[in-house]
Amino acid sequence: MAQPLVVKKDDDLDEEEYYSPFLGIEKGAVLQEARVFHDPQLDARRCCQVITKLLYLLNQGDTFTKVEATEVFFATTKLFQSKDAGLRRMVYLMIKELSPSADEVIIVTSSLMKDMNSKTDMYRANAIRVLCRIIDSTLLTQIERYLKQAIVDKNPVVASAALVSGIYLLQTSPEVVKRWSNEVQEAVQSRAALVQFHALALLHQIRQNDRLAVSKLVTSLTRGSVRSPLAQCLLIRYTSQVIRESSMNSQGGDRPFFDFLESCLRNKAEMVILEAARAITELNGVTSRELTPAITVLQLFLSSSKPVLRFAAVRTLNKVASTHPLAVTNCNIDMESLISDQNRSIATLAITTLLKTGNESSVDRLMKQMTNFMSDIADEFKIVVVEAIRSLCLKFPLKYRSLMNFLSNILREEGGFEYKKAIVDSIIILIRDIPDAKESGLFHLCEFIEDCEFTYMSTQILHFLGNEGPKTSDPSKYIRYIYNRVILENATVRASAVSTLAKFGALVDSLKPRIFVLLRRCLFDGDDEVRDRATLYLKLLGGEATVGETEKDVNEFLFGSFDIPLVNLETSLQNYEPSEAPFDISSVSLETKSQPLAEKKTTGKKPTGPASALSGPVPTVDASYEKLLSSIPEFAGFGKLFKSSAPVELTEAETEYSVNVVKHIYDGHVVLQYNCTNTIPEQLLEEVVVFVDASEADEFSEVATKSLRSLPYDSPGQTFVAFEKLEGVLATGKFSNILKFIVKEVDPSTGEADDDGVEDEYQLEDLEITSADYMLKVGVSNFRNAWESMDPESERVDEYGLGARESLAEAVSAVIGILGMQPCEGTDVVPSNSRSHTCLLSGVFIGNVKVLVRLSFGLSGPKEVAMKLAVRSDDPEISDKIHEIVANG
Amino acid sequence: MESCPSVKNILLLDSEGKRVAVKYYTDDWPTLSAKLAFEKSVFVKTQKATAGAEAEIVMFDGHIVVYKFIQDLHFFVTGGEEENELILASVLQGFTDAVDIILRNNVDKRTALENLDLILLCLDEIVDGGIVLETEGSVIAEKVSAHGIEGATSLAEQTIVQALTTAREHLTKSLLM
Repeated sequence: MAQPLVVKKDDDLDEEEYYSPFLGIEKGAVLQEARVFHDPQLDARRCCQVITKLLYLLNQGDTFTKVEATEVFFATTKLFQSKDAGLRRMVYLMIKELSPSADEVIIVTSSLMKDMNSKTDMYRANAIRVLCRIIDSTLLTQIERYLKQAIVDKNPVVASAALVSGIYLLQTSPEVVKRWSNEVQEAVQSRAALVQFHALALLHQIRQNDRLAVSKLVTSLTRGSVRSPLAQCLLIRYTSQVIRESSMNSQGGDRPFFDFLESCLRNKAEMVILEAARAITELNGVTSRELTPAITVLQLFLSSSKPVLRFAAVRTLNKVASTHPLAVTNCNIDMESLISDQNRSIATLAITTLLKTGNESSVDRLMKQMTNFMSDIADEFKIVVVEAIRSLCLKFPLKYRSLMNFLSNILREEGGFEYKKAIVDSIIILIRDIPDAKESGLFHLCEFIEDCEFTYMSTQILHFLGNEGPKTSDPSKYIRYIYNRVILENATVRASAVSTLAKFGALVDSLKPRIFVLLRRCLFDGDDEVRDRATLYLKLLGGEATVGETEKDVNEFLFGSFDIPLVNLETSLQNYEPSEAPFDISSVSLETKSQPLAEKKTTGKKPTGPASALSGPVPTVDASYEKLLSSIPEFAGFGKLFKSSAPVELTEAETEYSVNVVKHIYDGHVVLQYNCTNTIPEQLLEEVVVFVDASEADEFSEVATKSLRSLPYDSPGQTFVAFEKLEGVLATGKFSNILKFIVKEVDPSTGEADDDGVEDEYQLEDLEITSADYMLKVGVSNFRNAWESMDPESERVDEYGLGARESLAEAVSAVIGILGMQPCEGTDVVPSNSRSHTCLLSGVFIGNVKVLVRLSFGLSGPKEVAMKLAVRSDDPEISDKIHEIVANG
Repeated sequence: MESCPSVKNILLLDSEGKRVAVKYYTDDWPTLSAKLAFEKSVFVKTQKATAGAEAEIVMFDGHIVVYKFIQDLHFFVTGGEEENELILASVLQGFTDAVDIILRNNVDKRTALENLDLILLCLDEIVDGGIVLETEGSVIAEKVSAHGIEGATSLAEQTIVQALTTAREHLTKSLLM
């Protein structure tokens, strides 16, 4: 009936036609077979075979229904009667695979607990692992005693089993596992290599939130009692964590624990050497002297016979090359020989490292090697190479010709969307940043859209062509490519081509009549959107329509960037109810929400630590603020709310009353909204008001206060204070706050308050209104375009010395903080060790004035930071004001 | 959790990319189809590689995979992007060594399937919940077979020294009890 596990070898059978012992296996039949588990006389070997078949089914992706799983589980528990060791092991596996429900667990608990105290170490170790996988925290307290013993058991397998289970249990029942730290500490001293490793891992996890304890742990262990390579790797990770945290506090002097990391480079085990080398290269602000020993060992790895080792080394060096290209140049010869490595991952990493470290003279030689290389690697590697070439080209603009040629050659070859997109993006960036490359780059792009299967890319290129093409020496040569799209492509691309034609028409007068002819032909297009666009542009360019009275308006309409975040527009449109009043696009909030960015981060492939779990989506409060404020009659006349700040805490955490404040900025008023929470159950607060002393803020005068009638325990309430200020004046100042109220005792049992109250007051922290409060963080998608579209007349440039600063990054974030603007294109991140940095900011100043700022930072002398500030805005006066802010800040 | 070296999965596939035995330790691939898709892409990406004595390595989709082919069996160990490659390689080495011992140097798909119970136990002994339990192939094999089905035969194969140490252990244990 049952298929025998061991199949007799049939010599007549062709080797190809070999069939597996599980051929034709069927779930129903195996479940039937599982009845042998109920036999009074258990056949251990037979039962083993059946369990193996069940596990095979699960392993192949079969699933059991709830009923089937329960049945198998109960049958399996019967097998504890057998003394057969092999069968017992399979029973353990089966129980883990079935992951029984809580009420089922109880049935096996006693059997497993018996095994946990068995004389056979193998039973004990496995029973611990199984039991800890399936029990809940109430049962855990029952077996806790045994587990503590097991941790210090002299058999390393048992100890490891208990420790690893501890790591697992820490997630579900941390309070229990934390009680084991004495035992775990003892196990760290174990002579068994793996016990030491598991104990260290668990001990660190128990203490990970206690920075001091981790630092102590590292200090004691780095003196050397750790022998296991795995444990040593762990220790290196913890050490670099401690270094990271301590360097934030103390600057200068020798880096603590560096000697330890360096000594690990001489360890016997390669994994430890690699771990240490990597830890050194990733140190914050690592110096070239610190890097040298690490680079030397990695260089040795490059010529290893083991691919894994070569890969590990080249990957690490590749990362170093991004920040310290000079430190890696010594390895260039070894690197070049890796280009022909059998393993293409290694070859790609070697190539890109060379591209990062290469100098101007080696570019041509490298490009020659690359051409052969590109054809036999996968798309994802090609993307890496393309990105490396792009940055190389930006570094050596003179070499653009050969690099651009290379890009256009690979653009012509086969490839998926992501790869093509990487190439197109690179070409576009090169065109933008290297003026000489413009004509040839645009030409390559035109060639590409002649035969491009991706609608998205065609429209992207057409849009770009419309902006850049008209400014070239001979715009007419692009028209053919664009109009071909109108004839040959799908509706989306056709519509996009029509817009591009219109842009040429608007900017190049000599082409206007011909563009008109082409646009008129589009009026007979089969698609609505294409026809509509053609009609609109014809009217617009013909100057007959009301939309574009002057040429400036036409250009504004055609080229102006759409700076309203689409998410906000979408919500506003959804909220809009059809009525007499038309939808007003200027009422859409310009504030960029940080939410989409946070979401993007969590969907990334990076392991999500506990920190990222906390930074959930930021609640969007703006709309609710506006509603709340306009519902208060005193504030209704203040006009349109310009900006609401994030809440600023005015009390320490865990005090009796917790208060934070939100600053609402209007054109001529400021409303402070105090959110108060009463954290004492025995008190009821009444007539709560914040007394604000504005003597240090003389540009403000108090106009209204709205007190809070009553503030019961744990239900937050708001009180408001409103100030008047001159419109257009950048009023700043410091406010001191005192919370005043009448306090009444509450009987906790009945919840009733006394009739008599006592007046009391509570000192809050000071609040500042800074110039950043008058600035909305509004991002632009393309800073360069936005910058160029602004009036150069409005530009104001000046230089500032910022004095001694801790680091460039610190100076950059300080200036961003003062201005309160949105950093664009990720320029708020300063690569470590760079000596200069450019930061792009954008925002909207009160009065709806768009402002763009370009900041160039440089180090002049040790830690002295100098800054050049260039501002463009819709209003030159505001540009001056931005300079004033920085000068005073 | 981030700082502890961890293994995301161990795969044993045949020369057509079909499962012989697999074990996933994390929820990076929550569904069966996600798992199968991953196995397929691993298999395809490593197909061209020449199987040598040394473990090979590939990186894609934010994972590092170290792998080794023996006869018609493909062994894979997967870790995260930031993982120490050599730790993963030592897990792979332990796995292949153990399988070699368990299958008595007949490492091929047929023998592996015939002894699937031992292969599954082997996977269970190498990694628990992503944490490396043991990387020494002979130790893993011993854990699997010492009490395994062929417990009796393995006793016959023990050298005299081994037999003596086992006997001594038993003796001391019974004395202690």
